[in-house]
Amino acid sequence: MSPRRAAQGGRIDRSGPVRFSFDGHAYTGCAGDSLASALLANGVSLFGRSFKYHRPRGVFAAGVDEPSALVTVLRDGIREPNIPATMLEIYDGLTVESQNRMPSLAFDVGALNQLAGPAIAAGFYYKTFMGPVFGPLKGTRFWMFCERFIRRAAGLGRAGYEKDPARYERMNAFCDVLVVGAGPAGLMAASAAAESGASVILAEQDAITGGSANWSGETIGETPAAEWAAATTDALAGRDNLRILTRTTVWGYYDGNTLAALERVGDHKPASPAGEPKHRHWTIRAKTVILATGALERPIVFPGNDRPGVMLAGAAQRYALEYGVLAGERAVVFTNNDNAYCSAAAMRDAGAEVAAIVDVRREISPAARELARQAGGELLLGHAVVDTEGGKAVTCAKVQPFDTASGTLSGSPKSITADCVLVSGGWSPTIHLASQAGGKPVWDEQQQAFLPPAPAQRWIGAGGLDGATTSEEALRQGWDAGRASVDGPPAPYAAPLVSSLELDARPAPVLEIPGKGKAFVDLQHDVTADDIRLAHREGFVSVEHLKRYTTLGMATDQGKTSNVPGLAIMAAALGKSIPDVGATRFRPPYSPVSIGSLAAERQAEIKPERLTPMHDWHVANGATMYSAGLWFRPMIYGQPGETVEQAYVREARAVREGVGMVDVSTLGKIAVQGPEAAEFLDRVYTNTFSTLPVNKARYGLMLREDGFVLDDGTTWRLGANDFLMTTTTANAGKVMQHLEYLLDVVWPQLRVHLTSVTDQWAGIAVAGPKSRAMLAACVSQTAVDDAALPFMGIVHGRIDDIPVMVCRLSFSGELAYEVYCGAGHGAQLWEALMAAGQPFGMVAYGLEALGTLRIEKGHVTGAEIDGRTTARDLHLDWMLSRKKPFVGSAMMDREGLIQPDRMQLVGLVSLDNRPLNGGGHIVEHGDGEIRDDSLGHITAACYSPARRQYIGLALVRNGKARVGTHAFVSDPMRDRFGPVEIVSHHMYDPQGSRMHG
Amino acid sequence: MAEYSALSILKNAFAGNRDWKPAWRKPEPKPTYDVIVVGGGGHGLSTAYYLAKEHGISNVAVIEKGWLGSGNVGRNTTAVRSNYLLPENSRFYEFSMKLWENLSHELNYNVMFSQRGVLNMAHTPGQLDDFARRGNALRHIGADSVMMTTAEIARLIPALDVSGSARFPIIGGLMQWRAGTARHDAVAWGYARGADRRGVDILENCEVTGFLREGDRIVGVSTSRGEIRANKVALAVAGSTGQVMRLAGIDRMPIESHVLQAFVTESLKPFLDTVVTYGAGHFYMGQSDKGGLIFGGDLDGYNSYAQRGNLPLVEEVMSETLAMFPGLARVRLLRSWGGLTDMSMDGSPIITTGPLPGLYLNCGWCYGGFKATPSSGFCFAWTIARDEPHPLTAAFTLDRFHRGLVIDDKGQGSTPRLH
Amino acid sequence: MLIPCPYCGQRDVSEFTYQGDGNRTRPNPSSTDRAAWNAYVYDRTNPAGEHREIWQHSGGCRAHIVVVRNTLTHAVVASSMARARTRADRREPT
Repeated sequence: MSPRRAAQGGRIDRSGPVRFSFDGHAYTGCAGDSLASALLANGVSLFGRSFKYHRPRGVFAAGVDEPSALVTVLRDGIREPNIPATMLEIYDGLTVESQNRMPSLAFDVGALNQLAGPAIAAGFYYKTFMGPVFGPLKGTRFWMFCERFIRRAAGLGRAGYEKDPARYERMNAFCDVLVVGAGPAGLMAASAAAESGASVILAEQDAITGGSANWSGETIGETPAAEWAAATTDALAGRDNLRILTRTTVWGYYDGNTLAALERVGDHKPASPAGEPKHRHWTIRAKTVILATGALERPIVFPGNDRPGVMLAGAAQRYALEYGVLAGERAVVFTNNDNAYCSAAAMRDAGAEVAAIVDVRREISPAARELARQAGGELLLGHAVVDTEGGKAVTCAKVQPFDTASGTLSGSPKSITADCVLVSGGWSPTIHLASQAGGKPVWDEQQQAFLPPAPAQRWIGAGGLDGATTSEEALRQGWDAGRASVDGPPAPYAAPLVSSLELDARPAPVLEIPGKGKAFVDLQHDVTADDIRLAHREGFVSVEHLKRYTTLGMATDQGKTSNVPGLAIMAAALGKSIPDVGATRFRPPYSPVSIGSLAAERQAEIKPERLTPMHDWHVANGATMYSAGLWFRPMIYGQPGETVEQAYVREARAVREGVGMVDVSTLGKIAVQGPEAAEFLDRVYTNTFSTLPVNKARYGLMLREDGFVLDDGTTWRLGANDFLMTTTTANAGKVMQHLEYLLDVVWPQLRVHLTSVTDQWAGIAVAGPKSRAMLAACVSQTAVDDAALPFMGIVHGRIDDIPVMVCRLSFSGELAYEVYCGAGHGAQLWEALMAAGQPFGMVAYGLEALGTLRIEKGHVTGAEIDGRTTARDLHLDWMLSRKKPFVGSAMMDREGLIQPDRMQLVGLVSLDNRPLNGGGHIVEHGDGEIRDDSLGHITAACYSPARRQYIGLALVRNGKARVGTHAFVSDPMRDRFGPVEIVSHHMYDPQGSRMHG
Repeated sequence: MAEYSALSILKNAFAGNRDWKPAWRKPEPKPTYDVIVVGGGGHGLSTAYYLAKEHGISNVAVIEKGWLGSGNVGRNTTAVRSNYLLPENSRFYEFSMKLWENLSHELNYNVMFSQRGVLNMAHTPGQLDDFARRGNALRHIGADSVMMTTAEIARLIPALDVSGSARFPIIGGLMQWRAGTARHDAVAWGYARGADRRGVDILENCEVTGFLREGDRIVGVSTSRGEIRANKVALAVAGSTGQVMRLAGIDRMPIESHVLQAFVTESLKPFLDTVVTYGAGHFYMGQSDKGGLIFGGDLDGYNSYAQRGNLPLVEEVMSETLAMFPGLARVRLLRSWGGLTDMSMDGSPIITTGPLPGLYLNCGWCYGGFKATPSSGFCFAWTIARDEPHPLTAAFTLDRFHRGLVIDDKGQGSTPRLH
Repeated sequence: MLIPCPYCGQRDVSEFTYQGDGNRTRPNPSSTDRAAWNAYVYDRTNPAGEHREIWQHSGGCRAHIVVVRNTLTHAVVASSMARARTRADRREPT
């Protein structure tokens, strides 16, 4: 055992060494150690480098509040940067490295920054790096040149690019009572709540429960506090209405008493069992929350307070009592309050020498005096530590008489040899979650601290959070909170006797000692007391300006130790009180949370994949699949050696000349049913559906309330009160929601029911001059000739014994049918049609050919119905009924929607026999210059096998009037310029003779 | 007040930094001004600056209910770009970009505008065509824009998952190199200092409680610091527009106030040298000079003034983060916050005279207001000074909704949460 | 945030779709009052405080719910079925 490790005591297991490495050096520690305690036990004082000045830094705290000792964990080939050494439990094989240093922790070139000293004070970068106003470095160039170096010097750890092999898991939990923090108050609260039978979750961020009981050195009941905590925990663990989550940080308090917590399941294990996650993200919905989050110690700020070896007094006490580790062998304790005397006594008990207790106060309580006597060493009342000396560790503290009332020093400093300076500026309740829940914290002058706001949600505070200053008080508050949380009658409270001393809970209002040299407030971000005064001088005096100008409290510890001292220094500069400077609003998370946990179980599958029943056939038959929203659809069924263009031209030509089939199962389908279904459709479509006979379909157009086009599609009347509406693939969800809103909110009196049946029907379009003959050959129980199945007619029959509905409608412009069957039969129907089509030369075609056929016909899709076009823009004004009102009818004739120079749908023909591209723009001139004169853009383009030309559809300003004129495509993104003819959007069979044939 | 420069920094460093003066004065309100600008955020401050600089109107007060810059200029994700689709927007934002490019010199304040590029990812051929359309539109108005191939993207951003096995594989992207990021708070402070140096009074902790009227005309405001009169009262209060207009007797506006969350990770060494957006969701990420990855996603999607977000959206954004950057699973989220966005009915802003005599209105910035800070102030100042719109903002009228002259970049109609 | 669905009970906000200001009245379908239509489509009360709004339980029963919610605190004050509001004027079957 090293001289820094006590022979006994603490929660560590000394039976076998745990091996780990730090910056390539091998060390050993004990099971139960944190990385910080283990390195301290090994005599390591230098843990990291600070953000800005790259000053050597040690470990300052013992928990989540650690600002300085941040490391990168290397595990599974993945880097995990910025982990506080205080929160990292060691295990055999743990490998970590220090951060923000080059080339090594001991020798860091970044430390040269210190030479720049006051020239790089707070906000200096706002005043320089602007560069010359003229010349090659004008504008932003000089700044961007400097920025490269600034970025490299800044930052802490380095992240990798590799995908994390670890598993992350999410859990939802519901409970009557969530107790946050398993210190004395939390344990008591959980006991009281659980006793009533309520379901309780008790969450503790540390590896074990007990909180301050583990290092207070007190006696609760008859036993040491730590044993009391362990026994109480054991009793709770036996209950089936209570769940204890250790290593679980509740980090967010959201609306509706929803809390978020991170459970670090595997971080402390050398290897996780198969399937066990690294982290578990909890969403906990609690009827009542008991916040027993305790308090965090803060330092007094003094020059030289960042040397390794300067540490919070309570942290040193934790290292001594929880880990049996000495922060140093000869300590100076510096305080403004009684609590630090306990720390001094604990250090002495653990085997360290206490050289001196330095207290800014002249008067202290008798109990503190007694502790000082036990601790030994000098008691210097009315004194302050004014500086430290040492390189990579403290070697001495300088002490000088100090007057609390005036805040001034007198006399001359004397040196006290010490290898650690343990500092306490009092305690700040951990109000973060309470603040997140809503409300402004309240300043308490006695405790010199912010207490939580009045609850804005259903939570109850207990213990240190609520201002309890003794364990006795914390236990009682915990009990009361536990009873109140379940609305239980005030039950008799058998107070365990606590051995605590009669300490004075009031710290002196001193949080900074003036003096020469850098006095650090925010240790991680290197914000000094002088920086805060500079911010004051420059007018950055509100708490938010202070924070933003100096970066105070913006580091990974989020100002847990620096917030109140920083406010105190600003308040002094302003001559105001601390609450008049203001309090920062705390925001989630309380302490940093892994992104992996928050994305748990969604990482690879952020959106579902939607596949049609025929998907496997498409893939097996050479289809190149295309992602369309969440759906996957065949783009082409390419043959060996074919280009995309060759493939779709072949497929499209087959449709025009013979017969082809395409999977249209992705179309949105909505069953519209009820006595007033027809009336409803008349209101939502621009055209009339009530006149549609049964077993007929009609093409319909819908507008939004604002008069622009929402969607189009055919709707089939299957019965008097039974319609099957189809929508475009992209708008299926949107249309469904639009209709449901109208029915539920606007016209609840209409007796209509809507059901989304997109996934219930499979659909196949069969198109081409041979489609009728082909269907006739395979459909049974119905005829499909022109008499039985006229244009827009519907028949019911069977194919391969599968019940089908066949509607004669056409998107391609050819004689065509859509065949629908239950989704479960989709694949079978597809194969049956494919087989039946073989004698007719059946070809499967994909989206590219579908697009080609519709471009030739001038039919619109989502590229034209883009939310900005009107029915008139798309030549669909013939569908606007003048006989009835419909959604959008009152708004569609407004000034902006009827201007003649709106973008209107036209056809385009390439005149240089080169392809057009979707997204190319149209201009009037052909000089190749790019000017601010775009007339519109190409919405879709293809090679037209029917016309043997490259064609496109475009939305062009005043396009209807331009038909027959020439223009030019201007596509600088793809360097495509050339002449086009603007033509009617009906580029093939404008009379529609083929589909009516 | 002294110019800021490397020299002044050295001089002051030798004097122990004791001679720096406040970046702006903290004056008492005067009884009357030529113009009162309500709202001490980026737009209000830049409006005051350009009123003084471009129009010689320096008898101006900017009144702010809290601390200067406490609105969205102090809580955004700092992206500056002009890559809008519709020319009414892109021309305006491109003008802003030009002002950004010289802003640090203009203000003698380093706003750290870093033209590191903004890259939009495409995941389908259709999206690539849409990006081509947008890129072409930008090139036609004189803004920069190029397509990038997947290989080029992979070289530029090695952290990105460019594998074909991603749920939404990256097949290309649209890059605007002149776009980038700026230090958001510095923009507010730089404009405040610039306006102050030209004589503008900046009145913090001064909340408007009502309007002073003579007949129909607005002639000043009553505030928590007393009545202040002015010939012209200009509003630039973003998410509080509805509240302030209600004080003027107008209780319905084409604006909804929504909450938008933003996120920052712990500081990292350089990880991402540009700003990227995800095309299969609503996600964007950049890295601050301090090293934090700054990112965000969609609106929470409901009316809110609470400046607090909810958990499902956090999870959604983190999922998108890992979909793009699989290496970030063990990097830790440091802080999240909620901003208040003034969502208009077409996703585009409003800069106009009226709607009451003596009143001028600037609002509807949705979540894109930061990048508009210079041009919004420039054009609003013009509108106030000349009582007519600047040509670049002539389309940003309040009555355009009723007249159907909407500027709907996303084509979503009057559903603000979708813009 | 939790939203109380009258059918399904308290459910997480992620199950719902926001449908906006519930203070708007849609004019009679045949109304040609442009001002009334404009108000319905474009104008919002947008209060900082209690807001009457419509949510759809899109990930649940799909009913539309009238929720009164405080936009400053997100506290839900009341909720009811949107349909119940007008059930009284349900047309008699003819």
